[in-house]
Amino acid sequence: MKKIMLGNEAVARGLYEAGVRVVSSYPGTPSTEITEYASRYDEIYCEWAPNEKVATETAIGASIAGSRAFSGMKHVGLNVAADPLYTASYTGVNGGLLIGVADDPGMHSSQNEQDSRHHAIAAKLAMLEPADSAECLEYTKLAYTLSEEFDTPVMLRLTTRIAHSRSLVEEQEPQQPEEREFDKNPQKYVMMPAMAIKRHAVIEERQRKLQEYAETADINRIEDHGAKIGVIAAGICYQYAREALGEKANYLKLGMVNPLPVEKIREFAKSCEKVYVIEELDSVIEDHCRKIGVSVIGKECFTLLGEYSQNMIREKVLGIHVEEMRTDLQIPGRPPVLCAGCPHRGMFYLLKKLKCNVSGDIGCYTLGALAPLSSIDTSICMGASVSALHGMIKSKGKDFAKKSVAVIGDSTFIHSGITGMINMAYNQGFGTIIVLDNSITGMTGHQNNPANGLTIKGDPTIAVDLEALARACGFQRVQVVDPYDLEHTEEVLRQELAAEEPSLIISRRPCMLLRSVEHRPPLEVDPQKCIGCKSCMRVGCPAIRMRDGKASIDFTQCMGCSFCKQLCPKDAIGVKGGVRA
Amino acid sequence: MKSLNVMIVGVGGQGTLLASRVLGAAMLAAGKDVKVSEVHGMSQRGGSVVTYVRAGEKVYSPIINPGEADLILAFEQLEAARWLSYLKKDGTVIVNTQKMDPMPVVTGAEQYPEGILEAIQRAGARLEAVDALALAMDAGSVKAVNVVLIGVMARQTDIPKEVWQEAVRTVVPERFVELNLKAFEAGYTAE
Repeated sequence: MKKIMLGNEAVARGLYEAGVRVVSSYPGTPSTEITEYASRYDEIYCEWAPNEKVATETAIGASIAGSRAFSGMKHVGLNVAADPLYTASYTGVNGGLLIGVADDPGMHSSQNEQDSRHHAIAAKLAMLEPADSAECLEYTKLAYTLSEEFDTPVMLRLTTRIAHSRSLVEEQEPQQPEEREFDKNPQKYVMMPAMAIKRHAVIEERQRKLQEYAETADINRIEDHGAKIGVIAAGICYQYAREALGEKANYLKLGMVNPLPVEKIREFAKSCEKVYVIEELDSVIEDHCRKIGVSVIGKECFTLLGEYSQNMIREKVLGIHVEEMRTDLQIPGRPPVLCAGCPHRGMFYLLKKLKCNVSGDIGCYTLGALAPLSSIDTSICMGASVSALHGMIKSKGKDFAKKSVAVIGDSTFIHSGITGMINMAYNQGFGTIIVLDNSITGMTGHQNNPANGLTIKGDPTIAVDLEALARACGFQRVQVVDPYDLEHTEEVLRQELAAEEPSLIISRRPCMLLRSVEHRPPLEVDPQKCIGCKSCMRVGCPAIRMRDGKASIDFTQCMGCSFCKQLCPKDAIGVKGGVRA
Repeated sequence: MKSLNVMIVGVGGQGTLLASRVLGAAMLAAGKDVKVSEVHGMSQRGGSVVTYVRAGEKVYSPIINPGEADLILAFEQLEAARWLSYLKKDGTVIVNTQKMDPMPVVTGAEQYPEGILEAIQRAGARLEAVDALALAMDAGSVKAVNVVLIGVMARQTDIPKEVWQEAVRTVVPERFVELNLKAFEAGYTAE
């Protein structure tokens, strides 16, 4: 029976059917659900690692020990994992090894739009790219066959519209791959120069064989409709093109995007008058075509930016323009905001009030950069808040330090904030680090992490003691605040900013979306007392709006956090139904 | 059933994702090829969100482009207006009359437009407005707005009512099934 499945869920099903035994990942949109769904299979050992490097190394270890293994991450996570991955390419595998990476064209939830196909090329690894959920499952299983046959880690590339789309999938019985012994083989797995030099030659030979495979692989298929136009595409771009052009084009649908075939492309191009390469982000397939002497239309027609669509392809290839229905209204934007009741809101309100320079990081709290909180000055990559603050202070000196902080979430701090903290202590910096500890990896949709004491399955485990960790790194000043208490939090902030030594403030309150968090009753405004001063609006809560010159609270959104109440000069805000009592 | 392109639009946190799953399950039960494209991640909360649901003999692209939607199911007035360009010429907009101020309106940088429903009709769309929040509260929870709207939509399709009810049962956690079936009924029978 066919089931409707998320792309990521189908990858997880593929892992199960391929007999994968070990999965270690770090969450990152749009890759997160692969590992979440995988953790539902009791046959697979699954974990959240502190970061993608640790996750990939764990999977490499499991592979060398003889199990089929997997690590999943988003595109920028692959940068963190690149170090082990590039050398795992040299060692090859014992049990099959698959690295899943989800790119985010259009940056729905990312800080850049990098194209991870470049990593596959640079690391000399086979990369498969499915175009729907059924292929997510099929290619995941195929990847393990290829991995073991060619003795190589394999990469599976998804993009947001594949990872986060549901389509039909047919499930099969799981395979039982043969048990392999731990491979004690230093020539293959100890990559010091003498061994690595020999392995490099093996890798180049493997490249050649993989390229041969690409010529005949079923997943690189030609769809001939007898058309004059030819389209070369992979993944979601094939779907857009197929939707837009139907049988007005022939297609070379590539399932393997590295290495790319040569003869197959030449043969396909010969059968068409005009060949388009349709690929989001960089011109990887196009450049390959030019290199092998095949004339194609690519980025001169299609953009390097963002996502493609069927309308875009229809317009560029067929010249068909779609009429759009329009209203005459001015429609205000609706950017995402910190949720009503979010504990981070109070901290950002205070950082703005104290006119701080704020070195930010990656997480829900990056939203503190938007109006009206407007209190984050930088956001680069996971962990950069701490190390960049150190650099700012080394650049500008002590007075700058007294009005500057780093803000970083608990999960991001574990991911790569700790090394920055050690650097600050070791190199005699004196910044103030604020860990926004909401007891969860929030932005990716609530994953447990090493700081919250729960495993991926929700079982209790050891939690990192952040206070003790900071002290062990050389931070003498460590304070914990409840961000719902604005007065105390402000007092502590002022103390630590003034201190001429490194300090850590842990702003601790669980994300109010967690099921374990008891919700407070919603608040309401007493219109008799409200003078319309908008003090409460300064926290930028989506549940507060002005109605007829007075503040008003949307009870469907209010979580009763009381930031607005603490800012009201007229004591006009109280528990709904209780204000006038 | 012929092919159908539905967009579900709203504000992150309103339960659009569950609605798209019910819709997907119903279309699958009706024997069609189905693709659903979603938005994930907590960071989408409070922001404008859109989910595409497509059904037909064979569906390639999982997304809907401007001019392609048969139906827009809007959980909030402003969001209905925002995504109107995606509607086909003779398409329908089902809109929950609830209004939620986006942050630029909260901060006073922009105005929440007046007369959205009239403007949508003037643009040529068939409009069906319903106070889904009130109906959801009657059914027992403000969170059931999504299933109320599914009920309103169900009546517009040629998929039998029982198929929809079964889809609600499949997708909703067991302890909320009764509440949601009540909410579905409220939407299905709404004036």
